[in-house]
Amino acid sequence: MLNSVNINKTVKSINDLNRKLVLKGKYKTLKIMEVCGTHTMAIARYGIEQLLPENISLISGPGCPVCVTPIKEIDIIIEMIRKHEITVFTFGDLMRVPGTYSSLYTERSRGKKIKICYSPSDALDYAESNPAIKVVFIAIGFETTAPLTAILVKRTHNKGIKNFFIFSVHKTVPNSLEALLSDKQINIGGFLLPGHVSAIIGSKPYSIIPKKYKLPCVIGGFEPLQILLSIYNILNQIKNGVPSVEIQYRSVVKPEGNPVAVKNIYDVFEPVDSGWRGLGTIPSSGLSLKGPYKKFDAKMKFPVGKIISREPPGCICGDVLKGIKKPVECKNFAKTCNPSSPLGACMVSSEGACAAFFKYYRNSYNYHTGKSKP
Amino acid sequence: MKNHNKNIILLSHGDGGVKTGELINDIICRYLKNDILDRLEDSAIIDCKSKRVAFTTDSFVVNPLFFPGGDIGKLSVCGTINDLATSGCRPYALSLSLIIEEGFFMADLEKILKSIRDALAEAGPGIKVVTGDTKVVEKGNADGIYINTSGIGFIDDDIYISPANIKPGDAIIINGNIADHGISILGQRQGFNFQAGIESDCAPLNSLVFDIVSSSKKIHAMRDATRGGLARVLIELADSSKMNFEIYQDSIPIKRETRGICEFLGMDPLYIANEGKMVVIADWGDRNRIVQAMKKNKYGRQARIIGRVNRRRTSNERTCVILVTELGTKRYLDLHYSEQLPRIC
Repeated sequence: MLNSVNINKTVKSINDLNRKLVLKGKYKTLKIMEVCGTHTMAIARYGIEQLLPENISLISGPGCPVCVTPIKEIDIIIEMIRKHEITVFTFGDLMRVPGTYSSLYTERSRGKKIKICYSPSDALDYAESNPAIKVVFIAIGFETTAPLTAILVKRTHNKGIKNFFIFSVHKTVPNSLEALLSDKQINIGGFLLPGHVSAIIGSKPYSIIPKKYKLPCVIGGFEPLQILLSIYNILNQIKNGVPSVEIQYRSVVKPEGNPVAVKNIYDVFEPVDSGWRGLGTIPSSGLSLKGPYKKFDAKMKFPVGKIISREPPGCICGDVLKGIKKPVECKNFAKTCNPSSPLGACMVSSEGACAAFFKYYRNSYNYHTGKSKP
Repeated sequence: MKNHNKNIILLSHGDGGVKTGELINDIICRYLKNDILDRLEDSAIIDCKSKRVAFTTDSFVVNPLFFPGGDIGKLSVCGTINDLATSGCRPYALSLSLIIEEGFFMADLEKILKSIRDALAEAGPGIKVVTGDTKVVEKGNADGIYINTSGIGFIDDDIYISPANIKPGDAIIINGNIADHGISILGQRQGFNFQAGIESDCAPLNSLVFDIVSSSKKIHAMRDATRGGLARVLIELADSSKMNFEIYQDSIPIKRETRGICEFLGMDPLYIANEGKMVVIADWGDRNRIVQAMKKNKYGRQARIIGRVNRRRTSNERTCVILVTELGTKRYLDLHYSEQLPRIC
């Protein structure tokens, strides 16, 4: 059960400190970007914004790996399935994401061999048990899931397995945040950084944010009290005038992260430029198989021809991912775009801002205050 | 020569000939004997015990067939009995239709029939399977076995339970812990090795309903929370009664282990299936009496008031169930759009 005494205390502290900071002229309104999709969902589920002062708002960032995967990648994997005899394993979220022409869900209902797995090791086990079947695993996620993919690729290589391949759409978070900050449209006052990505990479990769952009950062946990404490810590950094990357989620995140996991990632992958929906191409923000592991790259093994991909007309996922617009400001939201017939990935993904809004707030958003309260 | 075919279902078991007779007489009837079924007539003739009859049907395609706390057999009895019970009727008779895949193990069929027999016994002495049907389909179809049960029950003249009776201020009550059924199924399906050992809550609730309607004359509505979870039932009741509900999240009973597994998997327990949970909406003044009566029943030990009916909606307002979170913040409870867990019942 939640510790309501500590939660109430923290909420009061946030309100008191906010009042002081506004009086001192530090800011009039404060936008905190919560990067991680799991934070987006937790904040929506617990109605955290309702506990905050009116002038502090939380905006959702690009921390949803499914949402930031360009439509072209969906189109490529679908074309790959259509052209080659392969069995594809994917996480469930990706199934309904609409590509330009189709989705994995639709292709499966047309008889294509597409299976959902909870863990990538299910895909490798299947490949080992069925050596005649070519298995492709869609490797998606940030630094939290990339080490697992890397270990599986190493295992595939060491065991001499010949029928397992990776379609990597892995991305890395820190460079995307810098790309956001260079966009003048965005007006962020602080960051609530992702807890689980940071458990892998530690706090150092974010250090450019306080150094160059003078913005406070806190790596927070996912329980309501942890989120509220992180917000308080951000305000505290503003008060002290010394922005840094602080770790609130100390039970899980160390400053040095998990060096073994990081080593595994970069033994197998190399950073490459990568396209992010809404943000464009960000240098060194994607992961591609390298060296002796290149032979497991599905894109090389199963080439497809030229594909013309298009963003769905009217979809403003890009602006939502940058935190410029709230989902409810999209004219298609909850009308032509909903979870059973989504226009864009933000509505489908379990961590998507539009999905969170749809599930918890679609009837209650107050356009005047910008808050979501029934 | 050993007859290897003796222990599996064959297509001939469904062709209406000798083997069909063997299956019905030697196997099925052995578990489900009663005076009406034993006549093996095309229709069961039943004396009507009241002016109003409740009638329901349900099909069961659960995967896997056997899970902690139950199996498809137990589910097929409890599911239909619980649907009947929500009307306040006395469940009386069930039909049982089996669609069995060629090659299904006879031992598994017998296990399922035994579960059906035991569930009927648990539900009460008078409830019987009075008619049925058996079909066998080629290998590759029916995923082992599909079952349909339909049921009738008799409603006493002084019982009238319907969402139309729901009034502002009514108490919203549930009989116990949510989400156990869905989690127990998931644990089997994905091979998750949950140490917690969550069992399905599959149970016949007709005796609990009898205790409830005996404790108060002001029971307004009841519904069992199955697919779509507690959330779906609350939204449906709010919708059909045209009332707004307010639900208190920290009052909703849930086992610590179930809650932990849901958090780990990122699933919301409010949307996860149950097979032994009844939501009761009744006059606020009778709430404590009703909860006390429920707690005396085996299937109501964790009964709790979880919310209150708020007010009538105006004609242009949308259906509204507000969840007051553990933090005291509020959000809407809305229907899930995605298939969290298919083939749960």
